[in-house]
Amino acid sequence: MSPFVTDNRIWDPAESMSRDELAAVQLRRLKETVARTANVPFYKQAFAERDISPDSIKSLDDLHRLPITNKADLRDHYPLGFLAVGREQVARFHGSSGTTGKPTFVAYTKEDLETWSGLCARFLVAGGLRAEHTVHIAFGYGLFTGGFGLHYGVERVGAAVVPAASGNTHRQIMLIQDMKPDALVCTPSYALTIAEVARSVDVDPRGLSLKFAHFGGEPWTEDMRKQIESDLNLLAFNNYGLSEVIGPGVSGECAARCGMHIQEDHFIVECVNPETLEPVADGEQGELVFTSLTKQAMPIIRYRTRDIASLDHSPCPCGRTTARMSRVVGRTDDMLIIRGVNVFPSQIEEALLRVEGTAPHYLIEVERPGTLDEVTVHVEIRPEDFSDKMSQMQVLRERIGREIVSVAGIRADVKLVEPQTLERFMGKANRVVDHRREQGQI
Amino acid sequence: MKINQLSVFLENKPGQLSEPCRALADAGVNILTLSLADTDQFGIMRLIIRDWEKAKDVLGKAGCVVKVTEVVAIEVEDHPGGLADVLEVIETGGINIEYMYAFTFRRKDKAVLVFRFEDPDAAVKLLQSKKISVIDSVELYDRAE
Repeated sequence: MSPFVTDNRIWDPAESMSRDELAAVQLRRLKETVARTANVPFYKQAFAERDISPDSIKSLDDLHRLPITNKADLRDHYPLGFLAVGREQVARFHGSSGTTGKPTFVAYTKEDLETWSGLCARFLVAGGLRAEHTVHIAFGYGLFTGGFGLHYGVERVGAAVVPAASGNTHRQIMLIQDMKPDALVCTPSYALTIAEVARSVDVDPRGLSLKFAHFGGEPWTEDMRKQIESDLNLLAFNNYGLSEVIGPGVSGECAARCGMHIQEDHFIVECVNPETLEPVADGEQGELVFTSLTKQAMPIIRYRTRDIASLDHSPCPCGRTTARMSRVVGRTDDMLIIRGVNVFPSQIEEALLRVEGTAPHYLIEVERPGTLDEVTVHVEIRPEDFSDKMSQMQVLRERIGREIVSVAGIRADVKLVEPQTLERFMGKANRVVDHRREQGQI
Repeated sequence: MKINQLSVFLENKPGQLSEPCRALADAGVNILTLSLADTDQFGIMRLIIRDWEKAKDVLGKAGCVVKVTEVVAIEVEDHPGGLADVLEVIETGGINIEYMYAFTFRRKDKAVLVFRFEDPDAAVKLLQSKKISVIDSVELYDRAE
């Protein structure tokens, strides 16, 4: 375990206001948001159809009368159809990486940027950041919100930034060795790459100066956290956000690490069944839907994130009163349906990590040679797991297969492959090759 | 009395066997003997090499997963029953054999076999007490070249 221990410092008193106060703030800000969006063509039309005006919002239950916004709606109004202010008021643009074609642009006023850095400061402080620290940021700086979002959050706290940006892992390791940062910011899979590359050049990743880390940008698992913490000898915190809602800062963990506190004075969260859009109970998995409450340039109403997680409204020992969300266990569009079973890549990852000695570098291949789906999980073997005994290697394969059945509920053919042969991903991990899609079978 | 053996993980795809062999050849490393174990999924190549440390380095740099294990080289009479007699001693001694394979060279009426035991030290002790000839690395390498 890392020697690093955090106290319970809270950056903004708003994080611990009473639930009644919070509800009052939310209602007032929801009305303001409806007023601000009334001239955005998409919302103007939807409000007219539903007979909605700022004055018609009497309670938070009226949220359910408001229209849902999908990613496709943003795409249909590319690039700036959702802009709610004059272009002259925009201070910065960001964009989310479109997997196909064009990005989705988002915009910020000067006030939005202040709000955003404050939200990042909240979770950074909750996860141990103090003014005397130095933070190594290995997120991409560009349209992606991760780099700039965390950068200004760290500066807001008063700490120092090494804006290393993404790429060139050898150089990243050199910078960490020389600049001795206290904290690391990147994707969790990139943290594993840093540890792996460090070992390959005879640098002990546990001996680096890093004491804690804030990871985001992609789904990961609790087992992966354990591995990163052991590989790099640090305390790892999870944070969540997406550019359409604001970027990183939507939620983040406190020292209790029992879910990510959602900044509810700035966003209303719903967790719904992705098919019926009916709300699900606390603890049940559903799709997260967010409504921004304070954004000026591009407010968003009931945005379907396609991220699957659960909510928890029970009190947290840290003193914050906000609801917490679980890790994102998958995305509605990442979800694979294998012989009728819903499977998320994160479940395969969890299974692999449960088998001691299996590094989380893997690739899921799905095909339908006849009428039934078949899954092959390619797993990179690490030198320490390799045995000269055939029997032990077979046992390793069988254990992985059994864990996959136990976690994901499907049978998969496990193929052991040489290390460093599967592609490494800098950003959002894409670990699925679905031949059924290429073949037009799904 | 034990010999260091290198094992190499092989994915089951074309060219997987030639890659490590080519790497060793380019480095001027001679393979004294080898054995292959394979399934339809993957294979393991086991190698006996005089300069095993250099070979391990070469293979590692070529991107192979390599493991060093201790094996025991045993001299066996090269006539019917020669191997059976040795195996009987091992079995009655309660020693487990993981796998075994032969050297290509022989001298007069003797053959040399490589044994991978679960507990090589116990095996060597047992074999020596039964007057079975265990060959150390110096002698083995001399014979092979």
